[in-house]
Amino acid sequence: MDTNKTLANESRLVEENKGLKNKIIALVTRWEGVLALILIAMVILFSNITPYFLDYFNLMNATFTFMEKAVLALPMIFIIMCGDIDISVAAIIALSSFAMGFASSMGVDTGGLIIIGILTGALAGAFNALFIIRFRIPAIAVTLASLSMFRGVSQAILGDQAYTQYPASFSYFGQGYIPGTIIPFELVFFLILAAGFAYVLHFTTYGRKLYAIGNSATAAKFSGVDVDRIRFTNFVLNGVFAGVVAVLLTSRIGSTRPNIAMGWELEAITLVVLGGVSISGGKGNIVGVLLSVFLIGYLKFGMGLINMSAKIMIITTGFLLILAVLLPVIMDNVKKQNKLKAQRRA
Amino acid sequence: MSDKILELQNITKYFPGIKALDGINLNIREGEVHALIGENGAGKSTLVKILTGVYTPTTGKIIYQGKEYSFKNAIDAQEAGITAIHQEASMFPELSVMENIYMGHHLKKKGALDWKEMRQKTKDLLQKMEIDINPDTPVKNLGVAQRHMVEIAKALSIDAKVVIMDEPTSALTLREVEDLYKIVRQLKKENKAIIFISHKFEEIQEICDCFTVLRDGQYIGEGNVAETGIDQIVNMMVGRSLDQMFPKVDVNIGETILEVEGLSKAGSFKDVSFELKKGEILGFFGLVGAGRSEVMRAIFGIDSLDAGTVRLKGQDVVINSAREAMQKGLAYVPEDRQTQGVILEQSLTSNITLPIIDKISRLGKVDAKAEKAKTAEFGRMMEIKAAGWHVNANTLSGGNQQKVVLAKWLATEPEILILDEPTKGIDVGTKAAVHEFISEMASKGLAVIMVSSELPEILGMSDRVVVMHEGHKTKEFSRDEADSDVIIKAATGHTVESNA
Amino acid sequence: MNTIKELMKKREITLVLLVLTLTVLVNLRAPGFVSGENISRIINDTSILIMVAIGQFFVILTGGIDLSVGSIIAFSGMAASMLNQSNPALPVGLVLMVGVLIGLVLGAFNGLLVAFGKVPPIIATLGTMSIYRGFTFVLSKGQWVTAHEMTEGYMNLPKGTFLGLSNLIWAAVLVSAVMIFFSRYTRSGREVYAIGGNKTAAHFVGVSEAKVNMLIFSISGALCGIAGVMWTSRYAAAVNETATGFELQTVAACVLGGVNIAGGAGAIPGVIIGALFLGIINNALPVVNFSPFYQMFIQGLIVLAAMFINTMMDNRKEKELLNRRSL
Repeated sequence: MDTNKTLANESRLVEENKGLKNKIIALVTRWEGVLALILIAMVILFSNITPYFLDYFNLMNATFTFMEKAVLALPMIFIIMCGDIDISVAAIIALSSFAMGFASSMGVDTGGLIIIGILTGALAGAFNALFIIRFRIPAIAVTLASLSMFRGVSQAILGDQAYTQYPASFSYFGQGYIPGTIIPFELVFFLILAAGFAYVLHFTTYGRKLYAIGNSATAAKFSGVDVDRIRFTNFVLNGVFAGVVAVLLTSRIGSTRPNIAMGWELEAITLVVLGGVSISGGKGNIVGVLLSVFLIGYLKFGMGLINMSAKIMIITTGFLLILAVLLPVIMDNVKKQNKLKAQRRA
Repeated sequence: MSDKILELQNITKYFPGIKALDGINLNIREGEVHALIGENGAGKSTLVKILTGVYTPTTGKIIYQGKEYSFKNAIDAQEAGITAIHQEASMFPELSVMENIYMGHHLKKKGALDWKEMRQKTKDLLQKMEIDINPDTPVKNLGVAQRHMVEIAKALSIDAKVVIMDEPTSALTLREVEDLYKIVRQLKKENKAIIFISHKFEEIQEICDCFTVLRDGQYIGEGNVAETGIDQIVNMMVGRSLDQMFPKVDVNIGETILEVEGLSKAGSFKDVSFELKKGEILGFFGLVGAGRSEVMRAIFGIDSLDAGTVRLKGQDVVINSAREAMQKGLAYVPEDRQTQGVILEQSLTSNITLPIIDKISRLGKVDAKAEKAKTAEFGRMMEIKAAGWHVNANTLSGGNQQKVVLAKWLATEPEILILDEPTKGIDVGTKAAVHEFISEMASKGLAVIMVSSELPEILGMSDRVVVMHEGHKTKEFSRDEADSDVIIKAATGHTVESNA
Repeated sequence: MNTIKELMKKREITLVLLVLTLTVLVNLRAPGFVSGENISRIINDTSILIMVAIGQFFVILTGGIDLSVGSIIAFSGMAASMLNQSNPALPVGLVLMVGVLIGLVLGAFNGLLVAFGKVPPIIATLGTMSIYRGFTFVLSKGQWVTAHEMTEGYMNLPKGTFLGLSNLIWAAVLVSAVMIFFSRYTRSGREVYAIGGNKTAAHFVGVSEAKVNMLIFSISGALCGIAGVMWTSRYAAAVNETATGFELQTVAACVLGGVNIAGGAGAIPGVIIGALFLGIINNALPVVNFSPFYQMFIQGLIVLAAMFINTMMDNRKEKELLNRRSL
């Protein structure tokens, strides 16, 4: 079997057939193309149903409801890219928020609170990483256990109480706007952060190594990639940004309860997977995740405008997560079938 | 001769993008050992999977006991009486020997599984094969040869009419091979048909009656082993004669660059010492499981060592990761190309530049120009045939994938190159190219270790040969001393060098 | 020389000893902890966990995980309670069967996603966890079904006794017996072990991964169905948040029982003892003056510790095995 020649011929054929029509087909059958189309369709739909949807002020303000989850999705890309998972992120937020609340009650100022929040997140991430990488226990099992420990700490000490006293200046991060505009600070912060993550993922050696590990951790290890160190860094990074999100969220709602950010791990993972990052690792890019952030964010905003209940949104998120994994499988199968048919005809 | 029990007519099998089998014919008779011959990648394994119902053929007919059959799954084929002893690890390590034998066809009594009966039958079966293994032992506690015997027992437990053995001797010692032959002859006496897959000619001559040759997924021919003669079979198999294959040139061997002493790792190897000189090709021969790859992995920092010292250019070094090994000038082309060597779902560029990615970057940013340049330089040097450097490695043939692995390691500009089964599963043409290339690199002063299970390759390429058996280094030969007899003897544990 | 059974037994014996030590310690702090009545109460309290953990066990055995158990319990419990509320005349047995059937269907949907959609179990059940929870809210319109809206017969379903043991305990005993039989003496049961041990090898001997996945998720769902009915009737309330976070406890019981979280090894008796261990801790917390708010933290800690010990033990065993080989 001369696979090589066959394949060379095949790719030449593909090259020759690249007309405009094929280019369009190629674009829309790419995952980001699909997402963009859905996003456009959604905007058209909602703007026809309600006049309040396509309103600059509303569109800006709506981002308050999903920017924190969006920030959470960025380091999660790295984790999932390597074939790992962290379902304890939301619990890390609770732990960080608890630590900040406690510190605030001791009179720590805004700067100190931010440091404490982020440091707590980093330590929690390192705790996960220790068990996952050093002791080789599967990530899903470790983070399932640690999520109940992290949230358990704040529950054990706070019980049904809450911290509500924060310095006045602390409220800027979650509630403030860029001075002189109606652009939320959180939105700008996320976009800058996303640019940073995009740079790391697509232009640096760290990014290359992430893809290599995700596609074959063994081959990466044999090629001199320090797989363990990178996975460890990913989990710490995830903890750090869970701490950052804790700052934003606590600042926005001004209180800390044990059930803060409940279920956000699901939302962060959904954003990443819907954005086209393969759950088994090695595939995906930032553009897809950005599209999925705004797609889900504005979908919920639109559904809220037309008075759909929060529970319907939870169901929608669940379905989207499953669909995000299911659709590529189905698309792949169709492609394979077509290829086989073409071969048989030849 | 006796009746035809199984006949394949014009079998074709497509996978997306690949035509794995093309017009295969096979005629199997009762009471006959039939050799299925072909190089790695010739399509033997695919054919076995079709015979055992794991794959369904795209076109073609399977005629079994006079009727046309189409096996939907492995159970179908088993129930019809066709069974295979697979080459791949097909055991359940946590489960008992008896359950490994009966998985898929557990015995039942009154609706419940009958463990008592299964235990007894397993005992009888193992006794008949003259093997002493407790049926309740979990398979993970067994050695390589014992596991193999359990595989065979599994095939016999279903009272098959056709038994397929896929390279059954590759991991066995001489004595164990004799035991296996005994079992094969016994089966023959019971009028069963045996399909014996191998590329070892001594073996084929010893045990097989007739043969079918495959090459590149195509049917080449069939015949009677005794009447045809080995030379002609070899020609059919490789499409050219053997002596053209090894372009080894004599070189000036330089100073010693690597010395290892007393390397040990529990369960893998013990007290292994050798040295390697510049410009030299040091062959490492042994049976599968002899510990050669394990030694190399430990030297390269993938696995840890329990004891022993590694000396590079006279200096003691400790290597804890592939990264450190690389920085010290070592390169390792691993045994399992598809999982350890290349990243199938990534571009050739990404593959070739992965080990040097830190070198071609500034402040963590990858230098795209340097990346392209390096890929082109080393990709061309290896004469990789591909539609472009952007295509994924899985679109390449096995031989070209191996060239990608070689390219990526040469890009690190190593002083010591460790090759683990460098030509396993690649086509003849590429094989020769790889050999030529290894020889050329050595003549330029590169120190090469070549682990191989192919004796001709070892004999044809090495300046010196180290032989291992069950984790020990048994013997070392110079190029002049080395011949197939002494090497085989050393590899099967007939001479143990005393390591004081 | 039955090594694997020996090891399993050893692990189970260790666990039993641990359970006994724990009980004795608690009894020292709070005399009266070890009384027939209290023990029977602990077992009663743990019965639901035992049943659901057995379902979880099969999923983990294949290397998967079922995060949707809590939501299935909530939905089937809510559905059964509402059925009882709207049709008080319906026999309780029938209500129970409806609950089980609903659980089975929800579980089978998980199975479908995993078996035919090729969705990894973690993602499939993470998704259905919120879908089924959302369905519960939609079904109940956010309302609860409370004690005075349920029939006596429904509320007595778990409480009634037979030979001195509550129906709930009997249910757990029956489920355990059937499932132990299934796992040891049926081909399908052994096929679950095969898939968990080596997927390729399982394929070679004709074991269908899709069939096994359908089966185990359906079993897990059906057991959650029983649990849902028992939960709502026992606490005489069907709320939307029923069994939130219960998946952790079921995983905990498995891990404590020596089930390999990566699949392939483990047995039901261990899972049962693991569940009892958790039950004792939950019962002991208030007795030794710990706020129930600590429960979540302690459970997480126990799971992590158990996995850590399991891994260390496995590593040591492997080392011993290597050392024992001829070298």
